[in-house]
Parts: sequence; C-alpha cells; structure tokens
Amino acid sequence: MIDFEMPSPIAKQRVMLQTVAENMMRPVSRHMDEHEHEIPWDYINFMHGAMRATSAGSLAPQEKKREGPRLGYQILANMIETLSWGDAGLYLCTPGGGLGAAAVEATGTPEQKERFLKRFQEELPVLGCMAMTEPQAGSDTSSIRTTAVRDGDFWVLNGEKIFVTAGQKSLVETKGFVVVWATIDPSSGRAGMRPFVVEAGTPGVTVTKLEHKLGIRASDTASVVLQDCRIPFGNILGSAEVAKEKSTETGFKGAMATFDATRPLVSASAMGIARATVELVKELLAQQGITIRYHLPRQKLTHIEREVIDMEVMLRSAWLLVLKAVWMADQRLPNSSEASMSKVKAGDAVTKITQRAVELLGPVAYSRKLLLEKWFRDAKINDIFEGTGQINRLVVARRILGYSSRELR
Amino acid sequence: MYSFEPSEEQRMLIDAIHKFAAKDLREAAHEADESGAFPEALIGKGWELGVVQASIPENLGGFGEHSAVTGVLAGEELAWGDLAGAMHILAPGLLAFPVLAAGTDEQKQKILPPLLEGAYRAATAAWVEPFFDFDPSELRTTARKKGDAYILDGHKCFVPLADRAEHLLVFAAFDGRTQAFIVPRTTAGVTVLEREGNLGLRALPTFEVKFEGCPLPAAARLGGEAGFDPLLLLNVTRVALAGMAVGMSRAAFEYALAYAKDRVQFGVPIAQKQAVAFMLAEMATEIDATRMLVWEAAWTLDKGLEATHAAALAKTGADDMTMMVTDRAVQILGGHGYIREHPVELWMRNGRGFPMFTGLAMV
Repeated sequence: MIDFEMPSPIAKQRVMLQTVAENMMRPVSRHMDEHEHEIPWDYINFMHGAMRATSAGSLAPQEKKREGPRLGYQILANMIETLSWGDAGLYLCTPGGGLGAAAVEATGTPEQKERFLKRFQEELPVLGCMAMTEPQAGSDTSSIRTTAVRDGDFWVLNGEKIFVTAGQKSLVETKGFVVVWATIDPSSGRAGMRPFVVEAGTPGVTVTKLEHKLGIRASDTASVVLQDCRIPFGNILGSAEVAKEKSTETGFKGAMATFDATRPLVSASAMGIARATVELVKELLAQQGITIRYHLPRQKLTHIEREVIDMEVMLRSAWLLVLKAVWMADQRLPNSSEASMSKVKAGDAVTKITQRAVELLGPVAYSRKLLLEKWFRDAKINDIFEGTGQINRLVVARRILGYSSRELR
Repeated sequence: MYSFEPSEEQRMLIDAIHKFAAKDLREAAHEADESGAFPEALIGKGWELGVVQASIPENLGGFGEHSAVTGVLAGEELAWGDLAGAMHILAPGLLAFPVLAAGTDEQKQKILPPLLEGAYRAATAAWVEPFFDFDPSELRTTARKKGDAYILDGHKCFVPLADRAEHLLVFAAFDGRTQAFIVPRTTAGVTVLEREGNLGLRALPTFEVKFEGCPLPAAARLGGEAGFDPLLLLNVTRVALAGMAVGMSRAAFEYALAYAKDRVQFGVPIAQKQAVAFMLAEMATEIDATRMLVWEAAWTLDKGLEATHAAALAKTGADDMTMMVTDRAVQILGGHGYIREHPVELWMRNGRGFPMFTGLAMV
C-alpha cells in the first residue's frame, strides 16, 4: 500500500539530529571551510558519544534481529540528509565506518562484519573509508592497477589510491580501516577485482597527500600508498572462495553491490545541502515579504516564484527517489537502477538548486557572509563522487535497455 | 511507514486497465486523432472498467471507496493508452468527484446515482476561459445573486463533451471567490458554440460555451449556501492531470526506447550510442521522480491534509517532465518521429497542453 507517512523512529531521529545540525555543525561550518584539514574533534567526539549512547552504532546498517519492518537504510538516509543539512563536509567526518563499513556490509561474511565493524562501538571514535580510484582509473574502475598477491597466510598489496574520502581520519587520526579494491589478476580486468581490509597501523600503508578542494573542506581527501603492505589472508572480503574464482565477475559485482547500497546514501547527503538551500532562500525571500503563491497557474507567477517552485520540485522529487531506493534496499529488492537514478537526479538537483539560488539572491548569496556560496561549492561533489552523473546515466541506460557494458560502452 | 508499492487490489485494477489501454485505446488512438473521436462503443467499454464507479460509495450508485492514490494509478494507465480517450472515459468524474467531495446530500442523491448506474453518460466541467492570463482563482465568468437564485454570465473554453453532457459544472467568480454551479445544458442562456480545434487532444470533443444571464436555482450551487473551498478541487485536478502526464510520458518513453533498440545507424542500434542512451536514462529517471511526486500529492489528498503545496509540485514537475520526455521521444525517432504514422508527435502535441488542461481531469 503506497504510503508517505514517515515512520516514527525516523521522525524521532530527525528531530534529534536536527538539533545536532543546528548546534554542533552550522556554528562551525564557516570556520571548517576556511581551515581546511583542521580536524573537527568536537563534532567527532560528540557524535561518537551520542551514537554509542543511543546504540545508533555504525553508519553501516545494523542487522538487528527484531520484529517489524526493516528500516536500516531508510534510517541511514534520513540521518545523512539531516546531518548534511547541517554541513556536508562535517557529515563526512562522522565516526562509524562510512563507505568502508558499507563495503564490509555489502561484501563481507558474518564473521568479517563482526570482526571489522565492532570497533565502531568501542570507546574511541573510529572512521572507515574505501579506496577505489587510482591516478589512471577514475570512472573506469576495472582498470585499477593496485595488486594483491597471495603469500601463504597473507596478501601483499602494492599500488597507489587517490581521492580516498576520510583516508586520513581512518588511517592516521583513528584506528580505523580502509577497504582497498585491488586486482588478484591484472590480466583479467574486472574479474580479478577484490576488496581487502587494510587496518590502520599496518606497515606499508601510508597517507601521502591531502587534497585542497572546491568544497566539503572539512572532509579530508587522501592519497594512500600501499608498499608491500602485508595483511592477513582473511582480510579479503567475502568467503575464501572469492579468492579462487577467476573466470567470474564476482569481484566487480561486489563493487557494484557496494555502490547499489551507497549511491542512495550519497544522494541523501546531496539532498541535505539542497534542502538547506531551498529553506534559506525561502526564509530570505519571506523577510522581503515574498511568499510563494502555489495555487496560481504558472503564467501568473513571478520569476522568483517560478524559480523557487522549480527548486522545490527538484528537491522533493529527488528526495522521493532516494527514499524509494533505500526502501527497496530495506525490502531486499534489487535496486541497482533506482540507486543510480537517485544519484543522477540528486546530483543534478543539488548542483542546479545551489547554482540557481546563488543567481537568484545575487550579491547576498555570492558573499561569504552567508553559507549559500559554500553550499554551491559543497554541492558539486555529489555529481562526481560515488559515480559521476554520466556513469550513473550509463548504469541506468544499460538497465532500462537490457544492455551489457559491452553493448553500451 | 513509507511504501512505494501499490496494494494487491490496485495491482489488479492496473492490470485490467493496462489490457484495455494496450488493446483498445492504443489501437484506436491514431484513427481517433485523425477523425476527431473515439467510437462510442470503445468509450462504453472503458467506462465498464469502473474507474469512476469504484471511487463512489454504494449508496450513491458506485461500488467502492474514494481514493486519489488509486485514481492516479488508474489515470496513469489509461493515459498510457491515450490521453484524449482517458479524459473522455473519465469525464463523468468531472462532475461526480466535485459533487462527492463538496456537494450537499441533496446534490449527491440527485446527481450521482443516475450518472453512475448503468451505461456511460457524459458529464463535464467548465473551468478554462479563453484568455492568456486565465487564473482559476480569478475567473471572469461571474455568478451573482438575484433573490434566491443565481445569474451566470461568462465565456468558457476547453469544455469536453459540452454538446452531449446533461450537466455542466461551471466555475465562476461569486462574491470574490471561485465557486461552482451545476448547470443543466438546456438552461436558458447556455450556448454551446462550435467544436474547438486544438493542437492536441483532437480525439476529445471540446467546445466553447457561453453563459448569458443563465438563471439558476439556489440548489445549483455546489455545496449549497455555504459553497466549497475552491483550492480543494484545484488540487484534485492538478494531481489527476499530473498522474496522466506520467502515463502518457511513459508511453512515449517506452516507444522511443523500443525504436532506439531497433533502429540501426552506423552499424549499431542507435540505443548503443550514449547520446541516445543518456536521453533515455534521463527520461526514465524524470518519469519515476515525477510519479513519486504525484503519488505523494494523491496520498496527501487522501489523508485530508492541506495539499496545495504537494499538488503544485506534482503539477509543475509533471508539466515540465512531460514536455521534455515527449519532445525527446520525437527527437529519438528523428524524421520518423515527425511523421503522423508514429504516435510520438501526437504525444508531443498533447504534452504541450498540460499546463492549460485545468479541470479536464479529476480523481
């Protein structure tokens, strides 16, 4: 039965997190933007304490065995949206595993989930991250060159990863881990790709560079070099069989399964920025006595009213696509197409909404006195990371056309 | 609790409508567009699907419960078959739904059972006026009080089936706000003018209608002396139209997708070119995104919550989406899309109309 009633656990959580966003995030938003690479320990420690106390736990969905409908991904999407309303860069510093934990969730065995994810419940805050991109391998993930070679009870990893979100906080500042995508057979392309957990403190893993970015500056974007990095054999995610299967696309499929789970969550973050923008625009207009007359036909509306309604259409329709994608994930329905659709739409929506907001409010929004110019900068990453808008269009197109990656390149 | 799944019952209704839409409406659509009308038998068959009847309670001649969500699901599916056909089949709802939502008990008893029991009987509503700045909240058609009665004056256009409808629900400014009046077509001062010729919806007979000093009894006013909240019905028609826009756009998308997989240029199906594939991906995304807006707005109506905001978003989103999707469907077919043998040009002509179709559909 079609229903848009927000489940009460989500409603309660949103109220709580909205307070966090208003009091812990917004007040330091500008400072963190202007002090790139400063670590927001106050926020990290606060969130860690709050999440432990409420057993909200890891950013990865909890597989609690309880009665009632599954809400894990829906709760997560709402959490991410609300925190990103506060500050999208700070949200990416939230302890609890991030994309690293999501990869463990999507591809790990129950034993691995227990072993790698329990650290997020311990006393000190911990972050996790995922490393896919390499200097020569961006959207074309199957061309990664980082290698994993088996040596008895170990894997030896070599290679260079770039653009690792929260790499510094996961490997240097806390005792977290990075999920490294590497190839066990460089000649077999995507079939050889496997995810490996490399824990902080492992000899041979080094953070070599922190990027300076257009936006989301509170979040570190690291280069991670693996030099003869030896990790236990059991750190390959998935069953031991995964290591042996060569002719299949198991590894690549694991990466794609991770993206099916994480893309709507990245979209949720975009939606937080978009909602913050629309709300502020409406508030500033209301201060000038401008309210939106939703009942009027379009040709009777002012340009400003049309702009705001267009923004709201983008915002709401994109958010509903995100909700649908995470709802499907919670129902254990295949959501690859919807996950990518939500990313296409959310990436588009947040970039357009923030661009148009700055145009609409002119000098007021272009000035750094307000956060609108920052949100415009923060927004753009959502059309790039976790699959660019173009790659996600490709995924959607292949799904709707029933084409393989060979048929639609 | 969020859910994005129609109920089992709704599924069955959608399946039944889809069969009719695919077999009957779609087959007849081209001919109806050229000749200007669907065969009456086909409209009768569509009526027997019971979309309108199932939304009206048993004691008023129907056999179900009103649900805007079910209504938009049905509307999407019918409009997938053909928009003009869908509007024709559902036209009795233009009178029935406002009466159900806002009518007095007397009006319900008098209007609904004869309209709903038995074979198709045309009914209609007159909202739109022939001015570029038409605004449902500031109508030029007026009603004024004369003793116990009302006198109606004005000029309407886009009135479907005005030549045969027994009753017209006429929207007019009364006392500074929009109100509606149930007007028998035979009332003195009602003139149904020549049939209109429009860019789209050519299979749906629509008319200009003039009202000159039409005398109406007090009982003709929708909701009686108290009247009704015009925003409610505006929201209802916006949501209904948005749902139909989704259905028609889906038809155009599916047609263009099948064509793109079949049409070979440069040695490969054009769907294998990113320029085409990306257009299709965006069409699919926008259709689904808009569908979610429509469902949410319909759900808001069903909950009895203030729906002006949700309805405005659904309608605005749908108006833009349907123009984008139908335009691209023509573009993907290229020269063939411009030829009337393919239905995409028809969908594009219909698509342009949605912003001015106020009142042409209700749920």
